[in-house]
Amino acid sequence: MASNTPLLEIDRVSKRFGPVQALDRVDFEVHSGEVVGLVGDNGAGKSTLVKAIAGIHQPDGGAMRFEGAEVSISRPQDATTLGIATVYQDLALCDNLDVVANLFLGREEIAPGPGEVSRQLDETRMEHRTGELLGSLSVTIPSLRSEVGTLSGGQRQQVAVARSLLGEPKVVLLDEPTAALGVAQTAQVLELIRRLRERGLGIVMISHNLADVFEVADRIVVLRLGRNVGSFEAETTTEEHVVSAITGAGAGAEEGGEAA
Amino acid sequence: MSASAGDAAPAVAEGQVASTRAETLRRFVQGDLASLRVVVGLAVIWLIFQTQNDRFLSAENLTNLMLQITAVGLISIGVVYVLLLGEIDLSVGAVSGLAAAVMAVLNVKHGWSPYLAIAAAVLVGTAIGLLQGALFSRFGVPSFVVTLAGLLAWQGALLQVLGSTGSINITDPKITGLANTFYSDAVGWVVAALVVGAYAAFALVGHRRRVAAGLTGEGLAGVGIRIGLVAIVAIAVVAVLNADRGLPLALLILLAFVVGMEYVVKRTRFGRHIYAVGGNAEAARRAGIPINRVRVAAFAICSTMAAIGGIMAASRLLAVNQNSGGSDLLLLAIAGPVIAGTSLFGGRGSVWTALLGALVIGSISNGMDLLALSSAVKFMVTGGVLLIAVIVDAIARQQRQAAGRI
Repeated sequence: MASNTPLLEIDRVSKRFGPVQALDRVDFEVHSGEVVGLVGDNGAGKSTLVKAIAGIHQPDGGAMRFEGAEVSISRPQDATTLGIATVYQDLALCDNLDVVANLFLGREEIAPGPGEVSRQLDETRMEHRTGELLGSLSVTIPSLRSEVGTLSGGQRQQVAVARSLLGEPKVVLLDEPTAALGVAQTAQVLELIRRLRERGLGIVMISHNLADVFEVADRIVVLRLGRNVGSFEAETTTEEHVVSAITGAGAGAEEGGEAA
Repeated sequence: MSASAGDAAPAVAEGQVASTRAETLRRFVQGDLASLRVVVGLAVIWLIFQTQNDRFLSAENLTNLMLQITAVGLISIGVVYVLLLGEIDLSVGAVSGLAAAVMAVLNVKHGWSPYLAIAAAVLVGTAIGLLQGALFSRFGVPSFVVTLAGLLAWQGALLQVLGSTGSINITDPKITGLANTFYSDAVGWVVAALVVGAYAAFALVGHRRRVAAGLTGEGLAGVGIRIGLVAIVAIAVVAVLNADRGLPLALLILLAFVVGMEYVVKRTRFGRHIYAVGGNAEAARRAGIPINRVRVAAFAICSTMAAIGGIMAASRLLAVNQNSGGSDLLLLAIAGPVIAGTSLFGGRGSVWTALLGALVIGSISNGMDLLALSSAVKFMVTGGVLLIAVIVDAIARQQRQAAGRI
């Protein structure tokens, strides 16, 4: 299903925090219309990898290619400009602002005409676009003008995901999108991820929950202690294989990873 | 204003209209509509003082009240910007005194034109704010400490600038006119008409745009009610002021700054970023907002407004002395917005709270003066009011947190 050139390709990227080798020559790629599950135990380097791609951490070595061209991502803005959007585990929403303001945070629209002189925000247009975007994603929020702090966890997560789409990204990184959500809310978020895939986005989903990963992922990449230890096609592998790669139990898992 | 009424059709759940009234009640209690609560409180304060002394609500005394709150109100406008970040600026009193002294020395001793002297004083404020903001944001020194150091340093600078005389009388009519000019009745009515007209145009254009974009809102009736309220307040204020000396220039200046700075904070990208940094600085940073630049700008605005307030205070006093900007000015300038609903925790509040808070504190002070109460009582009462306001703010925050995450 995936095209030949990966949307995003990580080539032997390393990152060290003091004595800790968080990432050790990690390879990784995601194609258009593909959901890649990034799994691993605590401290495996999943979040570090995502933060390196998102421009939060600067890698010590290795290369990143976006649509085949070598790129350097040193600030969050660089990633955004390329078309890489990140949804963080802690959501990074402003509880004191409403849904519209959060969706457009950092990319507010200015009203045309006299508004351009007085730098007036185009609230009407932003609210209209918010309604359209959330509607197209079948996300239901009581009121677009309610403060994000008053929403449920699932609604907040959906707002956070929807926000990442406003910049028309090509790759979306999701850090634990289903953590701390109930069953129904998890189903909503996974459904939202499928809709992103239908739009042709490349999606990287970090998760501890293998059930959720198997639910939506096309490919599963396993990190352990900062290294690649396996890459599995979700259709042809089993949870046992992935688990043994995560825990490092048995050489079979490693070979399975190599083969895939 | 009406943040409650913004449901866009595709994403709206059923049954929202019915819950609007309960939502309004909740917001009143939990403090999102703190302004309304303060207006009620202000009415109570006025009633109490009026029953104790029937000169309190006389045109003359209300005009005096307006003149008394101008300087502290202007300073509070800047304080709101820093409070919205969740920070504090303890140097505003000292900066207002220093700026006034710079203006007075340049004008009186060095013969500068009043305009240049005022501009120089304002620029001194801006420069101080840039410095304090940069120290705070670049080095991560808590704003409390940076501005506490500033409080001492700028008070020292005030003494230095004033030199051995210790007091400078201001006689330039351009400067003294700022606080002592009153307009004729006709001008007052024209201003009232302009204010109401401009507000109506703004509200109606906004409503038309919402309807054109297919967004539901409060409806034309709601817009009409808001315009009507503004008209009633404008007419009442001008009628009272005209019954005494007329519309004071000082009040016009204060209102112009309140409206302008409220516009900046509520309607512009920069203002939105201030709320975002105050609400969740890390989220703002990840959204690509240059949070340090936003912080420095807010501190610069704060000190600039402090300087403008200091100039106004000097104009009213007709002099600058070693006590300028001292005493309780700093505390009142910070207490005002907090009493009127700007949160000390950042991210919540508006520039209107500067005006409302100054009115509340000014009314209490003015009323107690009329009753000839001692400063001892005045300080204790004002302190009590501030404490109650801060407790209400903290309770509102706890309730929001309890209700927030489900």
